[in-house]
Amino acid sequence: MRVTFHIQKYNPEGDSKPHEEPYRLDVGRGTTVLEALVRLKNEVDGTLTFRYACRSAICGSCAMEINGTEKLACKTQIRPELERHGEIRIGPLDNLPLIKDLVVEMAPFWEKVRSIQPWIEPLPPEQVDPIRMRDAYKAFNNVEACILCGACVAACTVYEVEKGFAGPAALAKAYRFVADPRESIVSERLNQMQGDGGIWDCTRCNYCVEVCPKDVKPMEAIILLRRASIQSGLTQTMGSRHVTSFVDIIRHEGRLNEGLMPMMVIGFRFKDLFRILPLGLRMFLKGKVPFPFKFRAAIPGIKQVRSIFEARRNAKNEPPR
Amino acid sequence: MKYALYTGCAAKGACPELYQSTTLITKRLGIEVVEMINAACCGAGVITEADPDLALAINARTFAQAEALGLDIMTICGTCQGVMGMANHRLKTEEGLLDRINALLAPEGIRYGGEVQVKHLLWIIVGEIGVEALQQHVTRPLENLRIAPFYGCYILRPSKYLGFDDPENPVSLEKLISALSAHPVDYEGRTKCCGFPLVLEKEPIAIGMVGANLKEAKEELADAMVTPCPLCHMNLDIYQGRAEDKIGEKLGLPILHLPQLVGLAMGFSPKELGMTRHLVPTDKVVEKIQLKV
Repeated sequence: MRVTFHIQKYNPEGDSKPHEEPYRLDVGRGTTVLEALVRLKNEVDGTLTFRYACRSAICGSCAMEINGTEKLACKTQIRPELERHGEIRIGPLDNLPLIKDLVVEMAPFWEKVRSIQPWIEPLPPEQVDPIRMRDAYKAFNNVEACILCGACVAACTVYEVEKGFAGPAALAKAYRFVADPRESIVSERLNQMQGDGGIWDCTRCNYCVEVCPKDVKPMEAIILLRRASIQSGLTQTMGSRHVTSFVDIIRHEGRLNEGLMPMMVIGFRFKDLFRILPLGLRMFLKGKVPFPFKFRAAIPGIKQVRSIFEARRNAKNEPPR
Repeated sequence: MKYALYTGCAAKGACPELYQSTTLITKRLGIEVVEMINAACCGAGVITEADPDLALAINARTFAQAEALGLDIMTICGTCQGVMGMANHRLKTEEGLLDRINALLAPEGIRYGGEVQVKHLLWIIVGEIGVEALQQHVTRPLENLRIAPFYGCYILRPSKYLGFDDPENPVSLEKLISALSAHPVDYEGRTKCCGFPLVLEKEPIAIGMVGANLKEAKEELADAMVTPCPLCHMNLDIYQGRAEDKIGEKLGLPILHLPQLVGLAMGFSPKELGMTRHLVPTDKVVEKIQLKV
C-alpha cells in the first residue's frame, strides 16, 4: 500500500524553525515505522536524520512522536497506526532540545537519571533480609524493565512546564533502589526526593504509564515512593500532608471538605495561607466554598465508612501470613 | 434508562453548579437517576497513595450500594470515573482481590458481587443515548460557538482500565460539541493535565499547566472550554487569573461543565445552569448565543 509520511524536518544550519515534509512510500503488511524511515533514508532522502540501533525494542534509541504520541518506531506498525489515526505524522520527542529532524539532545535526560545516583550502596551481605530478597523482584513493580528511551519524559505534563522536575524515568529508577533489600541508603534517598523537583511534583496525569513501551508504570513507582516516604515518617511536606489530610477528612466526614482541606495541607505556613485566602474569599462570594466547620458535615453512611477504616487498620496489624 | 447517580465531592462542594445542571439535563434526556446520598468519596487517587486496599474497599462499598439497587453507576466527574473505573476493573479481574476487599466490608454486612458498571455522563450521552437522539433535544443550536474540549486525565488514562475513548485520539467530546451545532476546536492540550492535584502544594507548576492549555485553546480562537471533570473546571476557572499573571497575557476564557454546555443548547438559562457561580465570567459566551444572563 502507498502511504504518505508527514515527517518533521529541521536542519539547524539553515532552517529557522522545524517544518513538515511529505514522503511517499509503498509498504507491505507488518512494516514498522522504523523500517519505513530506513527505506526513506536509503531510497528517497539521504539527509533524513533519526536514531536507531537494535530494531527490537530493547535499546530505546528510536523513541519519537508518532501521531502525537511517544512511541518506539521499531515497535510501531504502520497499518494499525493508519487505522487508528488516518494518517502518519512523525516528529521528534517533545520536552528535549531538538538537534536535527527526529533527533533530540538526550543529555538533560541522562542528567536527571544521574541525579538520583543510579547505583546501589550495598549493605553487608549478612544484614540483607533473605525474605525480602526472595520477593525483591516482585517489589520492583517492573521498573527494572526501563530501557531509558525518554518517551515518559517527553510525555510528562509537569516536565513540560517545570524542567527542574526529576521526571518519571529517573524517579522510577530511584524506586528500584529504594525497593532493593540490599540498599543501605534508603532513608537518604527518600529524604533527597522530598524537595522541589522530587516525588511531590508529579501531578498523576498517567501519561507516562500510558506511553511507556515497556510497561514500567513510572507514576506507580512515584506513588510507591510517596507511600514509603509517609510510612518512614516524612510527613511534613505539603505533598504528604495533602495525602494524610485527605484520608483524615474522609474518615471523619466520608466526603471531601473543600473548605477544610487547604487549611490542613498548608497548616501554619502563613505565607501560603495568604496566597490562597484571596481566592478562597472570591470562591466564597460565588457560593463555591462550603463553610469548613459545618455542623453535621458527615455523609449519612459515615458509620460504615469508619468501620471500613477500622477493619483495614486491624487487617494491617495482623502478622503477615 | 435508569442510573445510580454518584455525584462525587466537587458537585456537592465547590461546584454546586455541576449538580444543578446535571439534574436539569438528565431529566430532559429521560435518564432517571437515584442519587447515592450514602456513598463516600472515591478517594480521587489520593487515598490509594496512603493505602490502596482502603481506597478499593471504600469504592467497593459504593458499588455494593448500586448493586443492591440493581443499577449501574453514573458519574459526573472525570476523576471519579477514572478512580472508580480502575477500582471496579481490578476488583472484577484480579484473582483473590474481591474476596480480600469484601473481608473489609464484612463487619458491616456489605458484600460486592462484581456486577456493577461505572459510566461517565459523557459516555452515557455519546455511547448509549447517541448524538442523534441528543440533537432532538437541541432547541438553541450553539452555531456561533467555538468550543475547546478539555478531557482531563482520568477519563482517558490509564486506558486499559477505562476503554471508552482512544487516549491518543479521543472523539466523544468533539461528537457532543458538534451535535449541539457548536464547533470543536482542535488543540494539543485537549488531552493534557489541568494541574489540579498540585495546586495547593506546587502552585507555580499547576498554574503553568493552566496557562499553557488555555493559551493554546485561545490561539485556536476558542470562545469557551468544556470539561467533563469538575476538578479541571476548578483549576482552569479559579486559577485562570493567576495563570494570566504568570504568562503575562489576558485569557478570559470561560470554562463550562459538560452539562452546562448541553443545557445551554437545550434552552436552559445561564442562571439555571449555575453559570453565574464561575470566577471567569461567562458573559461573552452568553452574548454570542444572544442571551441575557
